[in-house]
Amino acid sequence: MYTFSNRLKIASIILMIVGALGIVGGFVMAPGSIEEAKEMVASHDDGHGASHAVEASHGGTTNEHAVAEGHGEEHDASHDQHLLDQLKNRPWAALYVAAFFFMMISLGVLAFYAIQRAAQAGWSPLLFRVMEGITAYLVPGGIIVFVILLLSVLDMNHLFIWMDADVVAHDALLQGKSGYLNPTFFLIRAAIFLAGWIGYREYSRKLSLAQDESDDNSNFKLNFRISAAFLVFYLISESIMSWDWIMSVEPHWFSTLFGWYIFASMFVSGITVIAMVTIYLKSKGLLPDVNDSHIHDLAKFMFGISVFWTYLWFSQFMLIWYSNIPEEVTYYVTRISDYKLPFFGMIAMNFLFPVLLLMNSDYKRISWFVVLTGIVILGGHYMDIFNAIMPSTVGDQWFIGIPEIGSVLFFAGLFIFWVFRALATAPLQPKRNPFIEESKHFHY
Amino acid sequence: MASKVIHAFYDDDDVLMHAVKKVKAAKHHIEEVYCPFPVHGLDKAMGLAPTRIAITSFLYGCVGLTVAVLMMNYIMIEDWPQDIGGKPSFSYIENMPAFVPIMFELTVFFAAHLMVITFYLRSRLWPFKEAENPDVRTTDDHFLMEIEIHDNEQELKDLLMQTGAVEINISEKNSH
Repeated sequence: MYTFSNRLKIASIILMIVGALGIVGGFVMAPGSIEEAKEMVASHDDGHGASHAVEASHGGTTNEHAVAEGHGEEHDASHDQHLLDQLKNRPWAALYVAAFFFMMISLGVLAFYAIQRAAQAGWSPLLFRVMEGITAYLVPGGIIVFVILLLSVLDMNHLFIWMDADVVAHDALLQGKSGYLNPTFFLIRAAIFLAGWIGYREYSRKLSLAQDESDDNSNFKLNFRISAAFLVFYLISESIMSWDWIMSVEPHWFSTLFGWYIFASMFVSGITVIAMVTIYLKSKGLLPDVNDSHIHDLAKFMFGISVFWTYLWFSQFMLIWYSNIPEEVTYYVTRISDYKLPFFGMIAMNFLFPVLLLMNSDYKRISWFVVLTGIVILGGHYMDIFNAIMPSTVGDQWFIGIPEIGSVLFFAGLFIFWVFRALATAPLQPKRNPFIEESKHFHY
Repeated sequence: MASKVIHAFYDDDDVLMHAVKKVKAAKHHIEEVYCPFPVHGLDKAMGLAPTRIAITSFLYGCVGLTVAVLMMNYIMIEDWPQDIGGKPSFSYIENMPAFVPIMFELTVFFAAHLMVITFYLRSRLWPFKEAENPDVRTTDDHFLMEIEIHDNEQELKDLLMQTGAVEINISEKNSH
C-alpha cells in the first residue's frame, strides 16, 4: 500500500501555488485597451527593429483576418484591435494548452489501459493500478477543460473565433459549418465525451478493485467487455474531440488525419508518464514484482509511438506542403514564419531524441535513461499542443513566459497531487487478476 | 580434422533448456544445439555472446540514408532540375520534404537487405548449400545437443541421460 508522502504532497502544492501566481500574473499583465497593447508591442519591438514590418506583411495569414475583412474598417484600426485580441488571448491560451496537455496525458493512459484490458494482455496487470491512478486525473482535468470551453462560449475570451456571432455573420465558410460548429452543440458534444471517458474510468476501476475481493472472474470478464466497447467509443469521441477542441481554433482549416495525430501525441505522452510513475514507485521499493522487462516494454512503446507520431505529423505536413493550396497551406505558413523554433524544435524533441536515445535495446532497461528521454518527450508534446493552439489564438505575439510556465506548473502540481492521492487509495498490486502470475514472470 | 562428438536428442524444449543449464553447470562446452524452431532464451543459457547484428543494421541504415540523399541530390537537383508543382528544384534542403519517403525507404531497404546478407555470410549459408544438421529429426520434432568428446565419453553419457535425453549417439565429425 502506497502512502502519499508529505514531501511529494508539499512539492505538488508549492507547484500549484507558484503556478496559480503565474496564471494570475498573466491575466493581470494582459493589456486592457488598444493603447496599452500598442505600447507593449512597441517597447518589445525596440530590441529587434524590423520585426513590425514582417508582422504587418503576414498579419493577414492567421485566420482571424475574417474579422478585418468583414468589418470593412480601415486596416490600421482593425489591425490594432486584432493585436489587442491576441495579447488578451495569451493568458487564456496558455491556460488552455496546459490544461489540455495534462488532461490528454490521463486520457492517453486511459486508452492504453483499455487496450490492455481488451487484449487481455498478460504482461501489464502489475501496472494496472499505476494506470488507474493516472486516469483518476481525468475527473478534475476534464472538468477544468470543460470549464475553459464553457467560458469561451460565454465570450470571456477569443480562443474560438467561430463562437463570436459577429464573426460568423461576416464569414460564409463559418456560416456553412454552423450546423455543426455552434456553441450549444459544441458543449453537448464535450459533455458527452467527458461523461463517457469518466464513466468508463470509474466503472472499470470499480470492477478492478472488486476483482481483488471476489472469488470468480466475473468482474474481470465484464471489464474486458466494457473495455472493448469503450475503445469504439473512445476512437470516435477522441477524433471528434480533436476537431472540436483543437482544430476549431482555426475554423477555416481542416485535416482529415488530425484525430490520429492528436491521438499519437496523447498516447505517447500517456505511456511515458506510466513509465515515469512506475520507475518512481519502484525506486521507493513499492512495486517489487515489476522487473526490467516491464520498463523495457514501456520504453519500446515510447520509442514506437514516437515514430508513429512523426509518421502522422509528416503525412499531414507533406501533402499540404506539396499541394500548396492557399487555404490549406496557411496553417504551416504561420507556423514556419512565426514559430520556427518551437515548430522544428518539437520534431527534434519528439522524433530525433527518442529514436536515438531509445534505439539501443539495453538503454530501454536503464531507469534514468528512460526518465530522461521521457522528460524530453513530454516537453516535445507540450510544444505540439502549443503549436496547435497558439498560432491561431495569439499569432506572432507568443512567448514562453510567465503565463505559459505558470500554467504548466499549476497543472503539473495538480496532476501529481491528484494522481498520487489516487494511487494511495488502493494496494499497488492487484491480487486476483487472472494474469497476475504471468505478469510477475514476464520476461522479454 | 575429425573429432568425436556426442549427440543427445530431446523431444521437448523445456527439457532441453534444463539440460543445457545442467551441462553448462557441469562446465562442459556445448558445441551446438539444433532445433526445429527458435527456443526463447536458449542463446543466453548456452552462454553465446550477444549478437552484434543490430549494430550492423544501424550502420547499413546510415549508409542507405546517405545513398538516398546523394542520389536524390544528383537526380533531382544537379543533373536534371525540374519545376514540379511550382516547386523548382534548385536546392536540396528546400525540396527535402518530397525526398523524405525515398530517404526512409532506402534506409529500411539497406538496413533490411544488408542485414540479411550479413546474417547469411556469418552463418555460412548460401543457396544449394548442404544442410549441416546431423539428423533430419531436428527439422521435425527433436532437439539435438552436440558436445565434443575429450576422453570423457562415459561421464558425458551419464550426465546427458540424467538430463532426460531420449537418445544418445556418438559420431565422427569433420570440423570446418
